[in-house]
Amino acid sequence: MSLKVENISFGYTPEREILSNISFEVGLGKTLFLLGPNGTGKTTLLKCINHVLKPNSGRVLINEEDVAGFSPAVRAKKIGYVPQYNNNVFPMNVIDTVMLGRAAFVGYKMRSLDKDIVFDVIDRLELGSFAFKNINEMSGGERQRVFIARALAQEPELIILDEPTSSLDLKNQMFTLKLVTELAQSKNIGVVLSVHDMNLTSLFADKVIILKESRIYACGKPADTLTEKNIREVYGVDTSVTLEEGYTHVRLKKV
Amino acid sequence: MKTAEITDIRDRYERSNRNKLTVLAVSAAVMAMLGIFFVTIGVTDTNIVQVAKAVAAWAGGSLDTGTSAQNAAYKIIVLMRLPRVVLAVIAGIGLSVSGVAMQSVTRNPLVSPFTMGISSASAFGASMCIVFGSGMFFKSELGIISCAFASAVVCITIVYAISTKAGMGPETVVLTGIALNYFFSALTSTIEFFAQEHKLAAVVQWTFGTFNGTVWRDVLFSGVFVIICSTVIMVHFIKLNAMASGDDELVKSLGVNPQKIRAVMCLLSVFMTAAVISFTGVIGFVGLVAPHIARILVGNDHKFLIPFSAVTGSLLLMVSDVVGKTILSPVSIPVGIVVSFLGVPLFINLIVKGKRGNLS
Repeated sequence: MSLKVENISFGYTPEREILSNISFEVGLGKTLFLLGPNGTGKTTLLKCINHVLKPNSGRVLINEEDVAGFSPAVRAKKIGYVPQYNNNVFPMNVIDTVMLGRAAFVGYKMRSLDKDIVFDVIDRLELGSFAFKNINEMSGGERQRVFIARALAQEPELIILDEPTSSLDLKNQMFTLKLVTELAQSKNIGVVLSVHDMNLTSLFADKVIILKESRIYACGKPADTLTEKNIREVYGVDTSVTLEEGYTHVRLKKV
Repeated sequence: MKTAEITDIRDRYERSNRNKLTVLAVSAAVMAMLGIFFVTIGVTDTNIVQVAKAVAAWAGGSLDTGTSAQNAAYKIIVLMRLPRVVLAVIAGIGLSVSGVAMQSVTRNPLVSPFTMGISSASAFGASMCIVFGSGMFFKSELGIISCAFASAVVCITIVYAISTKAGMGPETVVLTGIALNYFFSALTSTIEFFAQEHKLAAVVQWTFGTFNGTVWRDVLFSGVFVIICSTVIMVHFIKLNAMASGDDELVKSLGVNPQKIRAVMCLLSVFMTAAVISFTGVIGFVGLVAPHIARILVGNDHKFLIPFSAVTGSLLLMVSDVVGKTILSPVSIPVGIVVSFLGVPLFINLIVKGKRGNLS
């Protein structure tokens, strides 16, 4: 899988662009982490990649095919999406929620093949002990795993995750990011996700993009992008950045 | 390589689905038996053997032969009581399935088929005909039914046009429906304000919602709409699951077009509702509450939620009608009133004691 984003621009009104001329690439089995202050367009960029929002200009290519030309069902077969969680008014149990990942593949009946895929994903993500639990009654970490499982049930070539660690404790943040990066490698799928934690980013990201004021401010490997200068320029925060055991480590400095 | 645990879980899942289907089949059988029993109840009680004989006579075309007393009894059973019970079942299915679909596509538990303004639009059409109708057709019962249905269709068209223009979002559909509900209520009130007293009584009577005077024509017309629309809604159960699971952006990412599904489901729901209430008058509450009772019993998977809602709604209306028919006999209290009296305590009891997905 290769994802190419070419000169994407987006704005709800012509006067105010939320994304301006964004271009980047993600290769087979790689993970791209999007960083940036609130309101810089991380979520909007993820939605444009998925064509949930149509970019005003530019193209998104998966394996050199333009995403704009795909029907919603074909798009769902290529791109899995894990949005930020909102409480569900009509929640279902874990199995039925993961089954939704097959919605684009089935007509009026879940085939045996679809169930094979769903139960395989449930098994792989160790969701068996919660299988019959209502998703609104689960912890944030468990639920995040269910939504990743739903996206995996789509058997996508690319998975997009919008702040998957935002409401998780430290252990679940580590678990979730380890899970998606390992999935990227083992299943050769691309992963694009937005986060705020720079130390987690340096541990798990293959590539980092830092957004500032609707544009790409920095793009590259964690060690090249997570620098004291970049963090100061983008967030206005002083930090001390060191290299420990091969990973960049960011420490906050008290103002 | 699958773990043994996941094989067990899959078996349990399949078993749970089979159990739900069994409960559904048993409920449908109980409903059919209750229906036959309810046909025996009326001003003059009869028995199941008589019902069977009457149906046999009707099927054999010998309803007009035999002794006159026996004929009259058979005709009451076949031409008055039987269509009444069947219409109760059809209305229950139509209103409940509409309720499920509307709640799911708007992701709003407070929505019912009547949120779209259909009830007040039908009431407006009926009141126009009752108060201003002239000529043979518009003074007939068929004229009132036609006006009620036509007015509901106008309302559907307006809601659809405005919602489409505004992007077919869940809030847009609900708010447009509520606005039109008030609009048609105001029109009906205006007509009532100027209506002569005996016509005003007829208008008010219409809005109560009743199965009194049901004939097979009513059953046939509503039945065709309800069967077709419910089947199409049922076929889309996976898409309804997706629609109910999150906002439109998530639904799109699952490969479902939320605007299209919302538009189709709303149109099917309101057509089905209009086809029922044009004959019965306004029967509220069941379209709101039957889906919730079913949600408490089987959870939110539409594969089971839709049929269980249909059975729940039908049972509620059948029982309410027979209670209304007998409690102050020979006066028949409209089912629209009784269903609320019976349904509210049942619903509140389930809310307090119930746990979602009890049959899981």
